[in-house]
Amino acid sequence: MPLKIALPKGRLLAETARLLERAGWGLDDYHDKARCYRLKSQRYPGLIIKVFQERDIPIQVAIGNYDFGICGLDWVEELLARYPSSSLVRVKDLGYGSGAIYAATAENGSATSIEELVKSKGNIRIVSEYPNLAESFAERLRLRRFSIYSLWGAAEVFPPESAELVLLPSKTDNELSAKGLMAIGKVIGYGACLIACKKSLKSKDVAEILGSVMDSLHLVSKSTVSKKYKEASQVTGGRYIKETGNDVVRLALPDGHQQSHVRHILESAGIEIEDYPSATGNRRPTSSLDGVCIKVIRPQDMPLQVANGNFDLAMTGRDWLTEHLEQFPSSPVREMLDLKYGRVRIVAVVSKDVAADDVDGLRQICRRGEKPYRVASEYVNIADRYARDNHLGMYRIIPTWGASEAFLPEDADLLIENTETGGTIARHNLKIIDTLFESTACLIGNTAGIKSSVKSERAAYIVGRLKKAVGES
Amino acid sequence: MKVDRCKGFKDITTEEMACFRMIEDTFRERCLKWGYREVRTPTLEYLYLFTSVGTLTPGMLRRIYSFLDWDGWSGERVVLKPDGTIPVARMYIESMAAQKVARLFYVTNVFMFDETGKKSRERWQCGAELIGVNSPMADAELIALAIDVLQRLGLRNIELRISHAGLIKALLEKLEFSHSEQDRIFDQILNGDREALAELRTDKPELMEALTLLLGMKGKSSGFMENIQALVSQQMPELNQNIDNFTAICRMVEDMGCDYCIDLTSGKGFEYYTGVIFHLFSGNNDIGGGGRYDALIPLMGGQDTPAAGFALYLDRLMKLVKQDIEAETMTKRVSVSVLPGAEISALAIAGRLREAGYIAELALGKEEAVDCSWLLKVRDESPRFVLTNRDSGKESSVESDGEIIDLLECE
Repeated sequence: MPLKIALPKGRLLAETARLLERAGWGLDDYHDKARCYRLKSQRYPGLIIKVFQERDIPIQVAIGNYDFGICGLDWVEELLARYPSSSLVRVKDLGYGSGAIYAATAENGSATSIEELVKSKGNIRIVSEYPNLAESFAERLRLRRFSIYSLWGAAEVFPPESAELVLLPSKTDNELSAKGLMAIGKVIGYGACLIACKKSLKSKDVAEILGSVMDSLHLVSKSTVSKKYKEASQVTGGRYIKETGNDVVRLALPDGHQQSHVRHILESAGIEIEDYPSATGNRRPTSSLDGVCIKVIRPQDMPLQVANGNFDLAMTGRDWLTEHLEQFPSSPVREMLDLKYGRVRIVAVVSKDVAADDVDGLRQICRRGEKPYRVASEYVNIADRYARDNHLGMYRIIPTWGASEAFLPEDADLLIENTETGGTIARHNLKIIDTLFESTACLIGNTAGIKSSVKSERAAYIVGRLKKAVGES
Repeated sequence: MKVDRCKGFKDITTEEMACFRMIEDTFRERCLKWGYREVRTPTLEYLYLFTSVGTLTPGMLRRIYSFLDWDGWSGERVVLKPDGTIPVARMYIESMAAQKVARLFYVTNVFMFDETGKKSRERWQCGAELIGVNSPMADAELIALAIDVLQRLGLRNIELRISHAGLIKALLEKLEFSHSEQDRIFDQILNGDREALAELRTDKPELMEALTLLLGMKGKSSGFMENIQALVSQQMPELNQNIDNFTAICRMVEDMGCDYCIDLTSGKGFEYYTGVIFHLFSGNNDIGGGGRYDALIPLMGGQDTPAAGFALYLDRLMKLVKQDIEAETMTKRVSVSVLPGAEISALAIAGRLREAGYIAELALGKEEAVDCSWLLKVRDESPRFVLTNRDSGKESSVESDGEIIDLLECE
């Protein structure tokens, strides 16, 4: 069996590339702009190397798909917090990419210390991309009552209105105060580390590969490593205007590549908006609307945040709304308006080499198979429903955090993914065998949750304006 | 495709189930006789019920099955019940607070993750709670009830070990540990680390002497407790109240004729305990335990209500209770086989047998029943019935229902 290693995209990519360069691996295409997920090493031509979202790496190594991985210790701890018996081993801290997960509140929030938090009588809303660490942190503190909201990103913009506490990574606590947050505790420190699957360490000959990484670590003294830390990027938190009262409508707008569409729709609805999209990373744009508080968050996080009343209206995709309703059928969130942009299809994708052209063919393959059928998706609940409804037998859902095409064919058998043109799918030697549904951007809301009449008038006004703008009224 | 059982969970076989029911029935019968009433709480509860301060140690919280259910959009997590007492306390607050004293019992499964997958992650327990009274007599009643059940189950050599949460806490306070340090040491004791107390040190030599005495005490009588008190009360008068309470309970248990052993370091249990903690052993098997938890109900938002309770561990008892339950039912079991044409009369006689207190099992296939003492052939011609005693091989041919029952009764 050839050795397999998983390398990170994103924040650790540059340093990891330098480390492996010093180790003489001679990687062909490991840089920010690379469009290919499979790498070749000149020095170790037999090594199978794949690039993943960092968060996927501990899972891939723990389940034994990969022998080694390089990723931040934060994601390792996040996995172990929930699954302590996983077969993951920390082999070596690599000395770069260090930071810490802080527990933070808003600088002007109600609780400003751990003691105050612990004493608090009400429910404490905790948001984080690290829900497992957040849960064990809350248990250690013995918080009497708390709710954890798992996020895809933009955690820093939630306190104080939408959460009492946030767990988020940061290089320094200064970086936090630039975001209007105040660290009240350090949860864990982290840095890049080399991890391995316990079984691989026991049964495979890994000495040479490991040795090359260890040797290259010795080549650099600690001081030069620390110089290479990237300076904390200057992100401004945006002006936080304290708007109290139940009459304020909370509107969530998406970050990411759809921002220009959203701006266009708002403008055609006669709503002026300032600093959106923001060059400085401001997540609290202002608008010409009275009594409306706007925050910019991930579209994936919106349905849940509208359901629990943190936001009243949000612009997200029907795909994420569907995903939310599959998980929580009793959720009060509803689609209020089709915004008619960002059209994608949610499709079932397999490798071109699979001898099936539709889901019936796939079912035959599943029936014959000995091993569980692996279904990878960012849409865990949609994928689960699809596999269940189509009787794919003994299947397993592998949650992914983007770049899902890379999973096929080695690390998953079926992918539930969105596509605009099908181009990316074809380029990765994959084929579409089924379309689940079509998704466009939509306005979602929880009108039943609005108690104040002033607020519901304000919300209705926004919905009305947007309806006209997209030509529905 | 192979179909697997969930890791860490087990099936209960027919033989085990018979044993399970026997234990459960004995427990129910005794509880009812002592004036306790049966309740049942749901399998799912909200997580926050268990996260509230002083209910479960963080070590236990890390092992509970918690998840977001279909209603989880509000962020509210639910758990598979990890403990029997807390849900009953919740139920008491919700619907029984008006009655001053409540004697409640239940048989329930509880869920707790175990990393190795070797221990069962689903366990069964028989629990009893005495809510609304705080007296040594109440504590002694629970201990006596637990022992009564175990004796009825035919267990010999039951060992009772008693400790006292109030005394341990007062001791830690006296030694001036910080609040979090006190919590940590108490948690260690509760998680079963017997060394935790033994490692306590203080730089005050006069305290050290009394401490060594308290920790070393593994005495067998309330008189021993009184002697200890005489020695300790000067250096640590703060402990008097707890020692008094402990002594009174011991004396009461003694008067009831129970054999016991005082061992302060045996305080394994739940963080909600405030007074006596007791454990029941048979050989090296921990088969049950309980204690007083006066602070739990007020902490959960109820009235200031004292309470105490215990649980017997059904899975462990099943391994110890060795009664040949199958053999007992065999003599009551009749396999009824039907010759063509006699179906209606076979059904009728099977019904008669059941009325008369026998187990009548219709033989439908060619396989002969294995675990019954009697075979009955039903024919549509004379002799209508042939009854065989499989133990003696004796065969009798009869014509009427009454004759069959007479024959069965004779044996």
